[in-house]
Amino acid sequence: MKKTFVYIALALTAFACKKDNYDPPSSSLSGHITYQGVPINVSSKDVTFELWEPGWGKNGAITVNVKEDGSYSALLFDGNYKLIIPPSQGPFRSITNAETKNDTMLLTIRGSRDMNIEVMPYYMIRDAKLTLNGTTVNANCKLEKIITDVNARNIESVFLYLNQTQFVDGTNYLARTALNGGDITDPANINMSVNVPDNRSGNGASGDQDYVFARIGVKISGVEDLLFSEVQQINLK
Amino acid sequence: MKKYLLILTAVISIITTGCLKDDEFLTTDPTNLLTDDAVWKSSDLVLSVLADLYDRYPEQQTITNWAEFTNFDEAFPSEAGQYWRTKQVDYPTGWWSLWDYGYIRDLNLFVQKCQAANELGADARARFLAEARFLRAAIYFEEVKRMGGVPLILEPMEYNFSGDPTYLQHARAKESEIYDFVISELDSVKNVLPDDAGIKSRATRAAALAMQSRAALYAGSIAKYGGATPLVSLPGGEVGIAADKANAYFTKALEASQAIITGGKYSLYKKKAEDLQENFAALFYDKSNNPEVIFVQDFKLKSGKTQDWTLANQPWSSAEEQQGGRVNPSLNLALQYEKLDNTFAPFATNNGNDYVYYENPGDIFAGRDARLGGTIMLPGSRFKGVPLDIWAGVMYWKDGKYNIISGDNFGDRDSIPVAGAPRSSQVVGTDGPVDGLQYSAQSGFFVRKFMDPTVGSGQIGTRSDVWWVRFRYAEVLLNAAEAAFELGQTGLSSTYINQLRERAGFTTQLTDAQMTFDRIVHERRIELAFEGHEMFDNKRWRIAHKVWNGENISAADVTANLGKADRVNTMIYAMWGYKIYHPGNANDGKWVYRIVKPSNVTAAHRFNLGNYYSVIGSDILSNNPKLVKNPNH
Repeated sequence: MKKTFVYIALALTAFACKKDNYDPPSSSLSGHITYQGVPINVSSKDVTFELWEPGWGKNGAITVNVKEDGSYSALLFDGNYKLIIPPSQGPFRSITNAETKNDTMLLTIRGSRDMNIEVMPYYMIRDAKLTLNGTTVNANCKLEKIITDVNARNIESVFLYLNQTQFVDGTNYLARTALNGGDITDPANINMSVNVPDNRSGNGASGDQDYVFARIGVKISGVEDLLFSEVQQINLK
Repeated sequence: MKKYLLILTAVISIITTGCLKDDEFLTTDPTNLLTDDAVWKSSDLVLSVLADLYDRYPEQQTITNWAEFTNFDEAFPSEAGQYWRTKQVDYPTGWWSLWDYGYIRDLNLFVQKCQAANELGADARARFLAEARFLRAAIYFEEVKRMGGVPLILEPMEYNFSGDPTYLQHARAKESEIYDFVISELDSVKNVLPDDAGIKSRATRAAALAMQSRAALYAGSIAKYGGATPLVSLPGGEVGIAADKANAYFTKALEASQAIITGGKYSLYKKKAEDLQENFAALFYDKSNNPEVIFVQDFKLKSGKTQDWTLANQPWSSAEEQQGGRVNPSLNLALQYEKLDNTFAPFATNNGNDYVYYENPGDIFAGRDARLGGTIMLPGSRFKGVPLDIWAGVMYWKDGKYNIISGDNFGDRDSIPVAGAPRSSQVVGTDGPVDGLQYSAQSGFFVRKFMDPTVGSGQIGTRSDVWWVRFRYAEVLLNAAEAAFELGQTGLSSTYINQLRERAGFTTQLTDAQMTFDRIVHERRIELAFEGHEMFDNKRWRIAHKVWNGENISAADVTANLGKADRVNTMIYAMWGYKIYHPGNANDGKWVYRIVKPSNVTAAHRFNLGNYYSVIGSDILSNNPKLVKNPNH
């Protein structure tokens, strides 16, 4: 009797539920945040934008993280989306969309799509050159002011960061040097240098590496997120 | 025959009493809950409704939630499951988010019903009403601290089932409007509430004034310092207060504080003047005729309403259970306490290339602000009469240098590898510190504030009835000092601050010229440590993003810029003592100290602009399209 009951219970559970009743999202949306096609590098895990899919009961944004090299990717269901970069995000401003006449961008996802999102950065770091000289990393770059109208902002400071991993930014660094915005005489020729620390086996890395990663970060006054140059590996040997 | 008669009687009695009349069916009064009608006739029952509302008073850091004290580098969390707090960089933007309209509705219902309760005595009714309005002001104050302006709802709203809820949706009020509401509401209840310093756990006139002084001070400093962070504002004023309102708020804060000060019913606790450290600790646990405490959350032994702060934080050396030692105050905090000659100085650990040797473990802390030892249990002091045993290891002299031997458990024994040393001797303190060992003093310190010296307070079966102090006279003095300072009355400001400093053992008074913003910030940080002020204070001064800027700090940074308001404080450092083993040398048996970083401190904390005002959840936003989002999310 007991056995029969168990069999019936098992049989019921086997037929009780269907598998998931819809497929997982499969369309990928990816690309870069760019200015005139050039990716804008940012700090890791700090810059996000939002995707909204209207038409459902409750509203809630899908937050998409922008990686440190300015790239992003999201796995989505097919549908019509609205893309918005919240005003506080990134060292840039949104461009007014021709279609919606505001900062919202309409997006149709039918299968995977590769799309760069154009924005207006306050500055661009051009021709960043990071070189090793003995135990010092020298940096040279040019800061080009992109926004020059009423929304223009000054440079608060410029940083040169070194780290053991590819994540190089304001919270992930081994060594850094800072240059005050007021001390910049020629934005077209900025020179900085920082010593490579002797001990490079900090958190997250074991043993001394014979290479470090470096990049330049620019803090724009009144903007929370920093603008960065591309991460560059510097071989010490 | 007799039998039939019996049956007949039984049947008749069942028929006549067993069933109710039709019109009484389903109208039986419930036996397991009280109806509104019943409650609002009896002041005892109303009081128990009110007790529930008091119990829901909003808190962030409190003694019943010890781990929250370890988020902001004031203390290290010495429990295995809590190390993430020193390992994460960013504070989530929803961490201290608060949207408690359930509580607000219950308070509104209470106010509405109390106004209609004619059967209560007039005095009792007026007091209940004032208490509920006091609590409603408290929750709105807490909302505006965390979220900025919120919808100001003062009536219980009812849904009419029409299918259209839009009439229930209200837009956010301005941040200043919520502060104005809190201030004016407290103005109108303060004269109804009893003016009795003996009442601590229910609202009194002084509690209303103390809350008013704090609220006005918050509003004033947001108005004054909001300009430093222009991104933290909304065009509609839901976040941010216009700078020209600052002086009016500071004036209000000063008036409210002075009303308590000149009222003369409260004073600083000075019952144990012979030991100023003990005096400062006793101010929190002494519940009989405490002249300083204004408003508390009270506890009672053997009533089910006890708290476990002492259980959670008792030192291992006197522990009554196999646990304790969780909140370890950081060296960063300990360094803030001045020397008694009014100067800032790091603890003297090194003298050139050599250590500084101390006869006793506590000597390094001598000659400091009494609040240091009153807030923090220091090596060399006692708790519950038992000497603390906090030291990290033995430094023995071998091969021309000091070597360290230590253990990996409380009070471990080992043999010091020097010829002639005893085979087994203790190599680490009974209280630790052992790096990574939970319940040991991993920062080199335990917390003392709110710790209950009563026997049994550390037992799971007994726990403690020490109260949680929400408002006390010292904060009122600090509020007055800050408001006076902001209004340019530095003379008045120093008068108030000097009272606190005198109680802490300082003999030289601060002059008017020494009253600076840094000084105001400093005095609040050390006087009010572990009382839930640190984060909200840094927030209203708009220095939180500078104090927690996400940048690594070194041991040298920790000992630098002491007493500076925007001193970077992103990582916890520890100070560990060592016993010298060097037979034949003058330093044998003495103590030295080293500054170290616990290995579980891996990340530097970062307070983003989005942390100034917490995120409003997307479910709340989509329920009410009239709400605007907070900035920087």
